[in-house]
Amino acid sequence: MAVKDYLRQRFFPHMWCPGCGHGTILNSLIRAIEGLELKPHEIVMTSGIGCSARISGYVNVHSLHTMHGRALACATGVKLSRPHLKVLVPMGDGDALAIGGNHFIHAARRNIDLTAIVMNNRIYGMTGGQFSPLSGVGIKATTAPFTTIDNSFDVVELAKAAGASFVARSTAFHVKECKDILKKAIEHKGFSVVEILSQCPTHYGRKNKEGDAASMLEFQKKMTAKIGSKALQENPNLIARGIFVDLDKAEYCTEYEKIIDSVMKEKV
Amino acid sequence: MAKQKLKEIVINRDWCKGCGICIHFCPTKVLELDAKEKSVVVRPEDCICCRMCELRCPDLAIEVITDQDEGENNE
Repeated sequence: MAVKDYLRQRFFPHMWCPGCGHGTILNSLIRAIEGLELKPHEIVMTSGIGCSARISGYVNVHSLHTMHGRALACATGVKLSRPHLKVLVPMGDGDALAIGGNHFIHAARRNIDLTAIVMNNRIYGMTGGQFSPLSGVGIKATTAPFTTIDNSFDVVELAKAAGASFVARSTAFHVKECKDILKKAIEHKGFSVVEILSQCPTHYGRKNKEGDAASMLEFQKKMTAKIGSKALQENPNLIARGIFVDLDKAEYCTEYEKIIDSVMKEKV
Repeated sequence: MAKQKLKEIVINRDWCKGCGICIHFCPTKVLELDAKEKSVVVRPEDCICCRMCELRCPDLAIEVITDQDEGENNE
């Protein structure tokens, strides 16, 4: 199948602002799906609310646009009832870690076979640029005109600690790396978390004087480094990119199936 | 892999929002914005077929077609 066949082309051009990183993530994601030669009927995409959640409307696969923060909860239901389907859960930073923070850690704890993609633009774009739990200290937002004082989550550390068996990070700038990581995450059996740094030129970029989309991407290039690279060793302030965890752990649906089997055997 | 030769860069003008990402990151400066703030191909002869514009385009508006595409990817 060609890449464009994974898109619902009748809804294009999409609603994201010019230069929005979410479009690039959609681009990488459909190329990853195409690379894995998955058929549209084998994939379910579940999303919550926000700019990022609109992604499920643009892909030509089974899609659910659910409640704010509850994408993972709905995805858990889909996966348990149809374990043979690949369930992808793209979420925004606020959707995944503020409104849906509890669902996030518990999905990771269960190690259920879902692919959570955190499209992190460090702001609530759709509602007008409020700061999110991933904004970090010293950021200007509509709700923080004199800069934020809240510390941010580290998605990678959080997912690791909660028990996710695949944790990775990439950016909207490093498209080839992003595509490869997404491929591995989708193939991984167990809960996989991929944080992808994205840019919001409309709200985050304008308020924090980071310039247009291209200069925000330059910033992503400058501020990140591959794990194990020399640049990261020399400057630990850089954000690490790459695959942090890739473990073979008991998966929830498989364990659930085992319980059913053992109980049924006892009955007979 | 043999060196690829460019056939055409197709830009969907209805989808392009003129964000300029493709123009900024093109290593050989093949693209430019036109009067209507849409990306256009001005120096196709300089294209090295790295496809970074196609991969980075947030509007999925660019397609790079090379001589090696036929029969393989373009079903």
